[in-house]
Amino acid sequence: MSGSVTILGSSAITPLGFTPEENYRAVLEGRSELRLHKGEFGVREPFAASLFNREDVRREAMKEGIQGFGFFDTIVLLAASNAVREAGIDPSSEKVQFVLSTIKGDGTPLCSSASVLGEYFRCKHPVTVVSNACISGLSALVSARRMLLCRKDIDYIVVVGAEVQSRFIVTGFQSLKALSEEPCKPFDADRTGLNLGEASAAVVLGRDGAGWQIVQGVVRNDANHISGPSRTGEGSYNALRALLPAPKDLAFISVHGTATAYNDEMESIALERAGLSDVPVSALKGIFGHTMGAAGILESIVSMKAAESGVILPTAGFSTQGTSRPVNLSSSARRFDASGSVSFIKLLSGFGGVNGAVLFCRA
Amino acid sequence: MTAGIRHWCIIRNGLLLKDGENVMQVEGEKGIALLAAAYRHLGLSYPKFFKMDALSKAGIIASEILLSEEKDRFVPREDCAVVLFSRHGCEADDIHYRQTITDADYFPSPALFVYTLPNVVTGEIAIRNLFRGESSAYVLSKFDPEEIVRVTKESFEDPLTRTMIAGWIDCPDDDNVDALVFLLEKEGEGEEFSSEAIQRISINYK
Repeated sequence: MSGSVTILGSSAITPLGFTPEENYRAVLEGRSELRLHKGEFGVREPFAASLFNREDVRREAMKEGIQGFGFFDTIVLLAASNAVREAGIDPSSEKVQFVLSTIKGDGTPLCSSASVLGEYFRCKHPVTVVSNACISGLSALVSARRMLLCRKDIDYIVVVGAEVQSRFIVTGFQSLKALSEEPCKPFDADRTGLNLGEASAAVVLGRDGAGWQIVQGVVRNDANHISGPSRTGEGSYNALRALLPAPKDLAFISVHGTATAYNDEMESIALERAGLSDVPVSALKGIFGHTMGAAGILESIVSMKAAESGVILPTAGFSTQGTSRPVNLSSSARRFDASGSVSFIKLLSGFGGVNGAVLFCRA
Repeated sequence: MTAGIRHWCIIRNGLLLKDGENVMQVEGEKGIALLAAAYRHLGLSYPKFFKMDALSKAGIIASEILLSEEKDRFVPREDCAVVLFSRHGCEADDIHYRQTITDADYFPSPALFVYTLPNVVTGEIAIRNLFRGESSAYVLSKFDPEEIVRVTKESFEDPLTRTMIAGWIDCPDDDNVDALVFLLEKEGEGEEFSSEAIQRISINYK
């Protein structure tokens, strides 16, 4: 199905800032909150992660009148409120649908967080919960785009992605030997694994209007392994292929770049197979860590900020090419001419063999 | 856009049906015991099955029942998608994983952790059948035929998807399974995939 939807409002909340602008600045300046945590959540082995200062977030939420909620719900409501305000829509209108993207929510059934969100904004439709592993945020955007193009009864969709870290998630990734004890190094020859991160981010989508548009997006399965990517990059390649031919104004691809040995190698192969090896690439997990259910939305929002400023973001942690196929990324920011139209692709992969790719364009 | 039902399948405690017919006589087995009995009855040889959580086991059994008559199985297909809905997601496996990270018994299990995602069942079905199309998992607050039909039909708007394993699959714990899963075909000739059809089948075979 062809057809675009427009981004009318956005928000991003991470340990680095409460707005898309602050988070974009952090990436540009190489600031990160990735640090070693010992004993956090009662986890026995130390781990490096980007975690919220919960008091700071609660104070910020209080300004919006958001209080008395669990921490996960607090960041969901704060991100949604900020995006809704920017878009200037009435969230309780029958014309508005909400979509929540998360993997573990606050540990309780995911549908209970959906109810909190729905009740807070007095939503007229049940909140759709997308839980598609680490690509959940992109899945939610793919799903929301189709929803807007298919449904006559709604005009706006609020897509919120959020993740908080926990003993459950951290010990799980430790058991898989996937975590690095130092800030991660996407695509680097010395990469030692991923870092987990916390964030929430939201966009409001509409059918019309100027600004950033989601032109196409797909989800593809590797059909290979539930917890390891395909050696041939099958799913990511197929997801990218659905967006080809690449638009002439394609400025960069914001890749998954978890800094695990297998993921980054797989992505380098998928990019080469799709004929995109020359396109500039950036990876953001050396700044935010892997924010799981928030990643697709957060990384898209930060990429929009960069693209409209004519910037290809630096990849923090990267210094020496460490994949078998060349990938066009840099440890410092690069510039391009963004005076005309501009596009970028957001790419992610996750457990269960899922891969997602979404094309964003701005006229 | 229309989507025709090629086959449907119900897996519930004490019940295993394909298109309204018993797949096997169930003697009151429930949950994972029922799924293991179905595995044997279907004559499957897929040892990975026994490593899976209840939700993925249910997904494998449902997809085997739905696809058993298909020609040219196990060739890579990018036009085949898996889109499933549940209420409890992977909570049955979450409980098991949590037991491995208590203070008294701290030995986090990677084998359990990898199933603590609601979408892994869609991945297991994709892996078994070499489906390289979309795979997506949604969590609903209840069995909601209208929501299932709406999102499923929207998913057919993917540029390549022609065939889909779609529907409801829910395992609150190891002793309970509730699945109503469909094999759908875009613009197919079978009965139209509608909330009325889901509702009727679900009620008729309670």
